[in-house]
Amino acid sequence: MLVDIRVQEETFSLDAEIARLAATGFDVGGIGAFIGLVRGDAGLAALALEHYPGMTESMIARIVAQAGTRFDLLACTVIHRVGRLPVGAPIVLVLCAAAHRGAALEATGFVIDWLKTQAPFWKREDYPDGQARWVAARESDEAAAARWDAGDPSEA
Amino acid sequence: MVEILYFAWLRDRLGRSRETFVLPRDGGLSVRDIMDGLRRRGAAYEEIFAEGGGPIRCAVNQEFAALDSPVRAGDELAFFPPVTGG
Repeated sequence: MLVDIRVQEETFSLDAEIARLAATGFDVGGIGAFIGLVRGDAGLAALALEHYPGMTESMIARIVAQAGTRFDLLACTVIHRVGRLPVGAPIVLVLCAAAHRGAALEATGFVIDWLKTQAPFWKREDYPDGQARWVAARESDEAAAARWDAGDPSEA
Repeated sequence: MVEILYFAWLRDRLGRSRETFVLPRDGGLSVRDIMDGLRRRGAAYEEIFAEGGGPIRCAVNQEFAALDSPVRAGDELAFFPPVTGG
């Protein structure tokens, strides 16, 4: 499996990333994609994202490795942005390439669900009046990850 | 000596992103023991590391850890809130 994991401030190009996966030479039949955006809740101006360098990359690598085995992936790209991102900006990209659509789509859900609960990123909401608030974790995210019964990547 | 890292609101509240913690010569501390030691460093620490002071997660050498996980000289111990990426 071809794995590409990046944590960066710059944005990303969906076209360019899909083209890279399509050109791998593997027999890719489908690519599942998830793109997370900054949602403009309640007058939000921007999100500031920080992470734990080193641990972030290793946790994402573990999640991707597990998805690769479970869904027989050919390639997987995860790009997660950090820094200050305005409302509407893309935050995260997950692309999972497989021979068939079922595996590609399921793997994409698996990776983003586990990323949300296992990768050490934190979001701060910045408002136009200068107020800032750290986002609290949601139980629904834990539940979303837990539905992938077999595998907590942190226990792999 | 243990390197301690803080992220997100813990760092904001403590006004620092890292510091060191000297282990006793006979070693053998858990994450919980270190939290007890940190609590003596000031009011902000006491608040953060108090029982029920807020949901805090930790990692030892960049692996999620539990309160009773052992911490040894040279380890990197990080404290942070539950993660909110994606």
